[in-house]
Amino acid sequence: MSQEGLNTPDLTLRQKLWQVHWLFIMLLCVAAGVGLAMLYSAANGDMQPWASRQFARFCIGLLVMIAIALIDIRIWMRYAYVFYVITLGLLVVVELAGTIGMGAQRWLNLGYFNLQPSELMKIALVLALARYFHGGSIEDVGRPTYLIIPLVMIALPAALVLRQPDLGTTLLLVMASGAIFFTAGVRLWKFAIVLIAGIGGMPVAWQFMREYQKQRVLTFLNPESDPLGAGYHIIQSKIALGSGGLFGKGFMQGTQGHLRFLPEMQTDFIFTMLAEEFGMVGGVGLLGLYALIMIYGFAMMLRCRNQFGRLVGAGITTTFFLYVFINIAMVMGLIPVVGVPLPLISYGGTAMMTLLIGFGLLLSVWVHRDVMIGRRGGDEV
Amino acid sequence: MLAGGKSALMAALIGRMYYLQVVESDRYKTLADENRINLRLLAPRRGRIVDRFGVPIADNQQNYRALLISENTRDIEYTLDVLGRIISISPAERRRTVRDVKRNRSFVPVTIRENLDWEDVSRIEVNAPDLPGIFIDVGQSRNYSYGADTAHVLGYVAAVSPKELTGDPLLELPGFRIGKAGVEKVHDTALRGSGGSSQVEVNAFGRVIRELSRTEGQPGTEVVLTLDLGLQQFITRRLEGHSASVVVLDVLEGEVLAMVSTPGYDPNAFNRGLKSEEWKDLISNPMAPLINKSIAGRYSPGSTFKMAVLLAALEKGVIAPDNQVFCRGYVELGDFKFHCWKKHGHGLVDAKMAITQSCDVYFYEIAKRTGIDRISAMANRLGLGVLSGIDLPGERSGLMPTKKWKRGALDQPWHQGETLHAGIGQGYVLTTPLQLAVMTAHLANGGVEITPKLTRLVNASVGDGTTNGADEKKSLGIPAAHLKLVQEAMAEVVNNPVFGTAKKSRIKEPGMEMAGKTGTVQVRRITKTERDAGVIKNKDLPWKERDHALFVGFAPVHEPRYAISVVVEHGGGGSSVAAPIAHDVLLVAQRRNSAATGVGTIVQTEPTARKSPEKVAKG
Repeated sequence: MSQEGLNTPDLTLRQKLWQVHWLFIMLLCVAAGVGLAMLYSAANGDMQPWASRQFARFCIGLLVMIAIALIDIRIWMRYAYVFYVITLGLLVVVELAGTIGMGAQRWLNLGYFNLQPSELMKIALVLALARYFHGGSIEDVGRPTYLIIPLVMIALPAALVLRQPDLGTTLLLVMASGAIFFTAGVRLWKFAIVLIAGIGGMPVAWQFMREYQKQRVLTFLNPESDPLGAGYHIIQSKIALGSGGLFGKGFMQGTQGHLRFLPEMQTDFIFTMLAEEFGMVGGVGLLGLYALIMIYGFAMMLRCRNQFGRLVGAGITTTFFLYVFINIAMVMGLIPVVGVPLPLISYGGTAMMTLLIGFGLLLSVWVHRDVMIGRRGGDEV
Repeated sequence: MLAGGKSALMAALIGRMYYLQVVESDRYKTLADENRINLRLLAPRRGRIVDRFGVPIADNQQNYRALLISENTRDIEYTLDVLGRIISISPAERRRTVRDVKRNRSFVPVTIRENLDWEDVSRIEVNAPDLPGIFIDVGQSRNYSYGADTAHVLGYVAAVSPKELTGDPLLELPGFRIGKAGVEKVHDTALRGSGGSSQVEVNAFGRVIRELSRTEGQPGTEVVLTLDLGLQQFITRRLEGHSASVVVLDVLEGEVLAMVSTPGYDPNAFNRGLKSEEWKDLISNPMAPLINKSIAGRYSPGSTFKMAVLLAALEKGVIAPDNQVFCRGYVELGDFKFHCWKKHGHGLVDAKMAITQSCDVYFYEIAKRTGIDRISAMANRLGLGVLSGIDLPGERSGLMPTKKWKRGALDQPWHQGETLHAGIGQGYVLTTPLQLAVMTAHLANGGVEITPKLTRLVNASVGDGTTNGADEKKSLGIPAAHLKLVQEAMAEVVNNPVFGTAKKSRIKEPGMEMAGKTGTVQVRRITKTERDAGVIKNKDLPWKERDHALFVGFAPVHEPRYAISVVVEHGGGGSSVAAPIAHDVLLVAQRRNSAATGVGTIVQTEPTARKSPEKVAKG
């Protein structure tokens, strides 16, 4: 890999490959395998139309991930702002000329494939914030004025994504950013202020919400109020989960999923299907697998000797955790339906790619854990 | 810190999972099954009704329907256009089809037309490649092959009304029919059978994925009637144009061989669904086609009542058979004159001659001596004024007045003049045609009590039937000599070539001779002025004011087997109108040997196990 003129005694490609966390990659493969099995079941025992395509995407994603892992962490740091600005620009383009789908304007049609800039932003924002806080000392972070720039960095894409409208992604962006702030050393009481302000701002936000978003919140509060309309998803999902019981109905034996009572079972509600067919045992098993992935993620992050790497690691693992939590809590009726996929399992190319790019960065952090980076991005001796 | 928060949230997820999948699991399992399992009832096949010789008179017809599944056709309008060129589709049917398609999900079959004939069915089948989404389905519908001929006995089936719901889910099936009248109603439960059920798995859109289990129902039981269809049809033809009733009984078994009430109606129309104008026609018709006159029509018996009066008098001993009464055309009671039908009187008449000539004065006299209570008691014993107990719904009891009855019902004392009226079967006395037939059967069979019945057998399955009848024979306790006198007198009514009121209706075939009694019942009051000026002839009166014509009889005279009652509303004279009908019917009945065959010989599926009708007829 190119070293772009950085003058640290660098690792060779072979050494880097040796350094890659293969056990972690294996865990990802196991999770993806579970996903493929569920997609196979969702298609009534057929690789078409979902499982085979998902498999191809995962393979490509895996290669991209390893490639990213081998690229020097400092390159990512150097181009973090550029990356951020380009992605922000794409979001503006989407706003002006995006494709409308599922009631929201999220896609850029690039002929070959559809690009969803809001997904890229999840990575770009983490990189940009990490870059910003990397240069700051503890005193800097303690100054409220120091936080204005990163807050703007969050607010701009968040506002654009919210306008699409995509509440789920907006929340992910904000919460992942929060994790980076926290890791960077921002005091807890400042979070409390933001939280209180957020709660106070809720009635205002309500005014700006789209009708379907309001409906989702109302339905979440009382799903039985509209059993055939908006509450249908949640009710059917809970029925599927509950009827699965402790050990489930067996692979491909889920009635709720196969008889189509469960909507969107190959995407957002795939966890429900898994828990219906494999029961609580299967559900907890998958959570355990996710927990392992996160633990390794944290471990990799903590071993990193530069601030940028640690911040990136915190951002990526937190994003991953948020995906898992929001999706599962949603299908179990703990939070409103926000349309967040289950990472590595749900059918969908963009989310898979974002995730694997993110894990690629995490692995890069791990591979380059001993690289020292100066305050302005140079080498530290 | 960050890790701690995440762990807490993960624990929350597991807790929620535990709550849903373990604590509440049973509830959700039930809900999931409710989602996917639909219980569908399978309607059982309704049992047939056959006559005593096994001829089916109510059965089930294949009902061919053209159905459309909209998802299998690309353009509904175009497909209907093509179909419209093959079979005729009315604009209303087309509108209804398009509307139903819109209301139902795309895989739900929608009926385009019902009751297709075979030609239409084959045309559709041949053109099937041009008719995507259209297919033929076979259903069952009740069919009465003999229509109005058997309408009053069989009744009809029709859709269940909300009042008739008993909680039996079968009744809630769309299109299910139950018996609403006649035999269809009496034996409805047996005919209905029991429903089967099919558990099917459906998906979220209601499409059936597969059948999980199926319980076949029990088809309805076959009901064998005592009726002789051939005789029934003959009588119906014979009564055409009259508002009338004829009942033919087997005097030994009480079996109803024929029961006809005219005019009839088409029971198939009720099953199909009546149009409102059809319904209006039926209920506004003065001849009351919906009423089974044989059991629900109440008529003054007129002179056909005289046998009961004579038997009561003989039993009380107020007159001996040989005692004569002088008829000079009327009797006086106080200030009132009671006229005989013969203006200048019959002269001296004894019991036999009084019946033969139907002398009113004789019966005024013996009724006065006997008293109304004893007359009514004898009439009741013979089966008049009381429910016969026939297995049909809607029977009426008629009325035999007593002093106590009048005190209770009208709060008036009994007048002796009313006894005289009762003596010739007028006044308060009311009977049904069936009761008159039962009375005649009692007179003909030597005073053995019978209960008329329409059902011979309710076949649960072949060879395992429950017989209806074979009850103990009970005597009415009327002295044989009295009955013999009455039988001889009734024989004279028909066969006395000089005096018999029905002499013109004599059956000449040797061994088939009949006996009987005529009756002519005034339905209006004849005033003194009219009587002096000469009673207006029936044909000069409006239909509603004409006399009822009655006749009761039995045959053959020497070994009675058939009893008959004929009532023709506003028909005119008993001897001129009713007696000839009885003549024709009893002749046909004897020639057909309607009463032949023992109980249970009719099961066609097992002909060798039992005697065939022919064999019995010979023996």
